[in-house]
Order: sequence, then C-alpha cells, then structure tokens
Amino acid sequence: MKTVQVSVVTPDGPVYDADIELVSAKAQSGELGILPGHIPMVAPLAIGAVRLKKGNNTELVAVSGGFLEVRPDKVTILAQAAERAEDIDVARAEAAKKRAEERLQRKGQGQEDIDFKRAELALQRAINRINVAKKNF
Amino acid sequence: MASLRDIKTRINSTKKTSQITKAMEMVSASKLNRAETSAKSFVPYMEKIQEVVANIALGSTDVSHPMLEKRPVKKTGYVVITSDRGLAGAFNSNVLRAVYQTIQERHRSTDEYAVIAIGKVGRDFFKKRGMPVVEEIVGLGDDISFSDIKEIASNTVKLFEDGKVDEIYMFYNHYVSAIQQEVTEKKLLPLSDIAANKKMTSYEFEPSQEDILAVLLPQYAESLIYGALLDSKASEHAARMTAMKNATDNAKELINTLTLSYNRARQAAITQEITEIVGGASALE
Repeated sequence: MKTVQVSVVTPDGPVYDADIELVSAKAQSGELGILPGHIPMVAPLAIGAVRLKKGNNTELVAVSGGFLEVRPDKVTILAQAAERAEDIDVARAEAAKKRAEERLQRKGQGQEDIDFKRAELALQRAINRINVAKKNF
Repeated sequence: MASLRDIKTRINSTKKTSQITKAMEMVSASKLNRAETSAKSFVPYMEKIQEVVANIALGSTDVSHPMLEKRPVKKTGYVVITSDRGLAGAFNSNVLRAVYQTIQERHRSTDEYAVIAIGKVGRDFFKKRGMPVVEEIVGLGDDISFSDIKEIASNTVKLFEDGKVDEIYMFYNHYVSAIQQEVTEKKLLPLSDIAANKKMTSYEFEPSQEDILAVLLPQYAESLIYGALLDSKASEHAARMTAMKNATDNAKELINTLTLSYNRARQAAITQEITEIVGGASALE
C-alpha cells in the first residue's frame, strides 16, 4: 500500500518520523483523515491524539497545540508539545489533571478568568495524555 | 620582601583557585555540548514553521493579520536575555550595555518602553535602575525545554496583541563559535523580514487562512524567542568556558611568578645565614 512520510516536530526536537498509510488527527474544525497523495493543506490542530496507521498497527501521539502541514508525499505536524503513547509520564499527567481540577473548582471566587482558561487547557492536555497513554481511542 | 611563609600561602591559595576554575571550565565545556545539541534539535522545527509562515504570508497578498502590520510606535518592548549567574566574562555586560545604550538613545521617558527580562542578571540590572520590567523569568536551568518558557513567551506575544507595546526587539548573545559570541538585536514583532522561500506551495486552508494565521503567527513568534534563548544559552556556556580558561591560565602564570620569588627569597635567606656564620667566625679570630 502507498505510504506517506509523517514527522511530528516540537521545539525540543523531532518526536516521530516514519512512513504511514493513514494519518488521522483532530483539527480545530473536526477530525481529519489524510491518505497519501493529499493536496497541500494547512490546518490548526486541537488538543488531541494523532493516530498513525500502518498495516494492522496503529500508533498514538498526544499533541497539544500546533498545526498540520500536508503535502502529497509528506505530512508534518508542528506542535508545541507532543509525546508518543509509550513516552507519556502518566503519573505526571494525573498530577496535572488533579491540579487543574482543583483550580477550576475555585472558580467564581474572585480570581481572573485567564487563570481558569489556562486551567481548563491544562486539564484538557492532561486528560488527553492520560487517554493516549491508556490507548482509550 | 614578603616572608617565605606569606609567599607559600599565596601559592597555595592560587593553586586552589586554579583548581576550581579548571573544574568550572570543564563543566561549562560539557554544558556547551548539551546546549549545542538542544539548539540543533530545534532547527527542524524552526525551519518548518518558517517555511509554512513564509508560504502563507507571502503566497497571497490579500492576507492580513495584526502581527504582520506595522503600526505607529508609542511603546517599545525589549526582550533581554541574560544568564542567572555571573563568572561568564563580558557575556552579560555586553548585552546589557547594548540595551542600555539603545534605550537611552531612542527613548526619553520610562513610559515609552518596557523590558521583558529573561535571566537574573538582566532583571536585577533594570530593576536597580528603575526601568520598567513587565515580565520576568529567572531560575531557568541549563537544560531548558519549550514548556519552561512557554508562559513568558506567550505573555510577551500577548503584550503586542493587546496593543500594550507596538514593537518588540530581542537582545541576546548570538553563538558564533566557542570563542566568539555576538550581541544581536533582532526585531521580533511585527513580523517583517520573513525569509522568502523558493519552493512555494499553494495550500488549501482548513478552515480559513485567517484562522490559521491566528494560530500560526503567535506560535512562530514564541518559537523565535525560544530559539534566541537556546542561542544565548550556548553562548553563555561558551563565554563561561573561555572566562574560566583565562582565569586558569592567569592563575598558572601567577603561580610561576610566585614560585620564582619564593625560591629567590629562600636563596636570599640561605645566603644571609652563611654570611652571618662566616661573619661570626671571622669575628672570633
């Protein structure tokens, strides 16, 4: 089957690089599935999992914030943070989730909205990491 | 002339100092190595994001975004990257002098500019002089990752987006080689000099060009800050390595001179003793 080269790049270095048959990612406008030979496209990504399918094997990469650049022979995901499922520190994600939840519970007690927005995003990222680590997709 | 024991003490203390500086030199050398590696792993990300930004921003003329547009400058932001610790030769003072002079030349009052300080030395410098430091981060380790500076980077970009400052410059030490670092001034925002790329691709945009720029440009600006920080880290270790090497060399030279005068003093003492004995003996005759 035809494949397309996929690389996931973060400021701290490349996270993933392989030839893949199907990429499926969560863009801000909805789920996107990309097969080899796709026309050039750019789309911003939401916090979520990127699924990379080859044969019967599906790999998951947790992505927080960034965008996807597609060319017929190459797909690049530029994210501010990205981890492969096996590299995720679940304990740390759980701790982050707890912290964010605590912060959200204090909502409406005279603190600024920005903090809640940030806590909400942190919560999303933490949940996403946990889900990816446990392959809940 | 100093006594024998005084010289001996000085030789010993200089030796100890040189051991310390030697150790610091080696530590900096290995840190420089690591800093270079992390700067290298950042390159693919930067190249890619630059390529996409250039493609979108230059590919179509009808595109507009606040971060691409020049506006009348009422207030300027300066991102100043220094280290947390000293003992790095002229590393910090070079940057700070450049910023200080620039600010003195361009601005008359403290309302016209704001400083974003990365690193303790810079923060203390500006605070001491009563200059407005709006954002600061200190205590970054030697191994920095993007998440460490994400907050200050996005806050800085936000200052521009909210219209609190109308342009932002970065000042940092650019790493040329292990023995050469250059103070660099770089305009961060508005994004003006996006390097044009030869291989232009016309993209489909999902959902729209404006939405993508809204995500892409802040991310691009943030990564420029991160890139400058990595650059500065490598320079810091290189500068410290050179400074410590000079210190070690100086200590060695000092030890040599001191040893020489120690030997001379010892010889003088011996000679004096002999003269005294001979003098004493001839007095008895």
